[in-house]
Amino acid sequence: MKSLGLRRGVNWAMTALCALALLVALVPLASLLWLVISRGLAGLSWDFFTSTPAPVGESGGGVANAIAGTLYIVGIACLIGVPLGVGAGVYLAERGDGPLGGAIRFTAEVLSGVPSIIIGIVAYALVVLPMRRFSALAGGVALAVLMVPTLARSTEELVRLVPRSLREASLALGVSEWRTSLSVVLRTALGGILTAILLAVARAAGETAPLLFTALNNQYWNLRADQPTASLTVQIYNYAVSPYQDWHDKAWSAALVLLLLVGTLSLAARLLARNRFR
Amino acid sequence: MNETKIEVQKLNAWFKTTHALKDVSLTVPKNTVLAIIGPSGCGKSTFVRCLNRMHELVPGARQSGKVLVDGQDLHARRVDPVDLRRRVGMVFQRPNPFPTMSIFDNVVAGLRLNGIRGNYDEQVEKSLRQAALWDEVKDRLQHSALSLSGGQQQRLCIARSLAIEPEVLLMDEPASALDPIATAKIEELIHDLRATLTIVIVTHNMQQAARVSDATAFFYLGELVEHGPTEEIFTNPREPRTEDYVTGKFG
Amino acid sequence: MVLTVLGAAVLVVAAVIVAELLRVGGPSLAQTGLWSFVKNSVWDVTRDVYGALPFIYGTLVTSGVALLLALPVSVGLALFLTEMAPPRVRSIVSFPISLLAGIPSVVYGLWGLFVLVPLLRRPVEPLLARTHLPIFTGAPIGLGYLAAGIVLAIMILPTITSIAIEVLRTVPGSLREAALALGATRWEAIRTAVLPYARTGIIGATMLGLGRALGETMAVTMVIGNSPTIRASLFAPGYTLPAVIANEFAEASGAQQTGALAALGLLLFAVTVLLNIAARLLVRAVRRGPARVAA
Repeated sequence: MKSLGLRRGVNWAMTALCALALLVALVPLASLLWLVISRGLAGLSWDFFTSTPAPVGESGGGVANAIAGTLYIVGIACLIGVPLGVGAGVYLAERGDGPLGGAIRFTAEVLSGVPSIIIGIVAYALVVLPMRRFSALAGGVALAVLMVPTLARSTEELVRLVPRSLREASLALGVSEWRTSLSVVLRTALGGILTAILLAVARAAGETAPLLFTALNNQYWNLRADQPTASLTVQIYNYAVSPYQDWHDKAWSAALVLLLLVGTLSLAARLLARNRFR
Repeated sequence: MNETKIEVQKLNAWFKTTHALKDVSLTVPKNTVLAIIGPSGCGKSTFVRCLNRMHELVPGARQSGKVLVDGQDLHARRVDPVDLRRRVGMVFQRPNPFPTMSIFDNVVAGLRLNGIRGNYDEQVEKSLRQAALWDEVKDRLQHSALSLSGGQQQRLCIARSLAIEPEVLLMDEPASALDPIATAKIEELIHDLRATLTIVIVTHNMQQAARVSDATAFFYLGELVEHGPTEEIFTNPREPRTEDYVTGKFG
Repeated sequence: MVLTVLGAAVLVVAAVIVAELLRVGGPSLAQTGLWSFVKNSVWDVTRDVYGALPFIYGTLVTSGVALLLALPVSVGLALFLTEMAPPRVRSIVSFPISLLAGIPSVVYGLWGLFVLVPLLRRPVEPLLARTHLPIFTGAPIGLGYLAAGIVLAIMILPTITSIAIEVLRTVPGSLREAALALGATRWEAIRTAVLPYARTGIIGATMLGLGRALGETMAVTMVIGNSPTIRASLFAPGYTLPAVIANEFAEASGAQQTGALAALGLLLFAVTVLLNIAARLLVRAVRRGPARVAA
């Protein structure tokens, strides 16, 4: 018979190991956040937000065009991706209980696991090849394709939270079914859908791989959809893999700006969701 | 009267702020069956869960008072709940065999946990015979436990508890999820097990309490209203509340 | 009607992805033949020789290392949060774990390049070299399979953990109680009742994590050293499928190189889609209940 002491020891040891797992998971996070904040803050200045990148060796310069570029590309992505994603989500919530709904839901789940770089290739084939140039539009298409499946799934979940009784009340008043969907359900779920969109935007703004050979990069301001455009993420990447200490510092500062942007979006989404469900 | 097996003194139990058991005191003699009856929410389940310290696993649960088994306080600091639960087995309301294990592995699960080696075949046959299940499953011991019917699953759970040879068996409405035939088998089983065990059974079925138990305790709103020989409780209760309950006036 | 069209948009997007990948990568793959493309270990742009093996190897090795590191930590963390820690700790910790999942991968790459790689160069790799294992030999340059594997492990940790937590929550409390009532310690109850029940779901969670690791691009590109070679030592620099696409696609020197890179993408796409389908089916089966899983 195994001694109870030994078994208690094993129990204690396993509990300690599992608690250690928590520590192991949190250490990289703490280290990452600390470095992004401390090293990023060191290089932040007003200039960083208002000027374009300086050539190697020159001091100063910033990522203003990259910030604008990210917003621009994500904006294009929203124009294409949001109607498709939200529409698909509302469909799944309202009519998605049949086999077609099941197929769409499953496809969306599987698509959300497709590596983003693959989507980059798709956008390249779809936009860059026919236009014969890298462009903000290509980047926007890539991010839009990435948005659709996740947006569809999260919209579905949030729209499903609209109580059945509300819908039935509207139907009982003699309002037709599609108008119920559109006016009552969508309006009630609007906050939820906004949450889903904000989360999708936050994710898209953090993407790098699908922009590498679609939007490419640009050292200058650009607000034309058919021209290569800078983005924060690609800029961070270029700075980080460069051989210059000065650019490494800029990479950390740009990373801080990126984290702030993504963090603000996620936080806004969380707050919005919280207010709704209280 | 036999020697005392379980003695409960001023037992109180809480869930967060709910006072679920109030000053319960009673004794259970060795090799007898005690039935606990009462309307839902009266603290029956909480009471038996205090007897093997399963109560304390619920978040926010507290208790006070003493529970003595063979004169030893269960809540004394040196008593390990793990060791205690080996001596005080429990059968739950719904059959809960381990779904990933075979019938055989379910029966020996407790033995393996406690590191008892030896000839499991013999132990398995003995426990399954005790639980009156042997003849029905002896040819398919390696099948999944989920291949059994509900009543068979519950007897498997009883066999699983018996395999580690407990001194006390707690049964929390063991037949409530079963059909009448399966229920009859479990009741027969309780009758036979009395030879080797002390049993505390919670039931909401008064006929069942009358059929299987030597003594009966009636709980109401967390209080022990009346406790005495089963015959007396059912034919000549002292308390009007008990009488109302056993005659079906409420509950 | 309008709704149905919008719903079908997801299917259209999927079809477009497949069609475009086939259009760009298909011809190159058909020309070389899948098998000779996969088994060829030479990638030489100047001679127009394109073999996929170094990238397949690098992808498998880095993802393998990542799983090996992340799986025990994720499962341990999930167990700690669902089975052991008080509810208060649970709610406090769930926020940073979700934070971990929201950090852009280029930021992980930055951290890997400037924090992890120097740390590996000295003292971790020299220390590991003392074991004299063949996987820990060669110059401790920091950049390489090991660095990529560790960064990937950190990145897939929240994925595996959150699904494992979801799976563990489906384990009926009655099973835990059954084990405890037999005299099991908390850990023994987990081992005999909880883990066997959750096994299928945890395998599904692992596969989803693996899918993420296989396709992760930026963080790996920044720390793996980008060398199309096949080396046994984890210290050596290597290359992965997504990393080579990231580095060479924009500046591909001709249609042939672009085609070969797209073919690599096609391979990666096929593998991750299959893996995701399998994983989703497993996780769904678990949500539906035990009978299916146990059978």
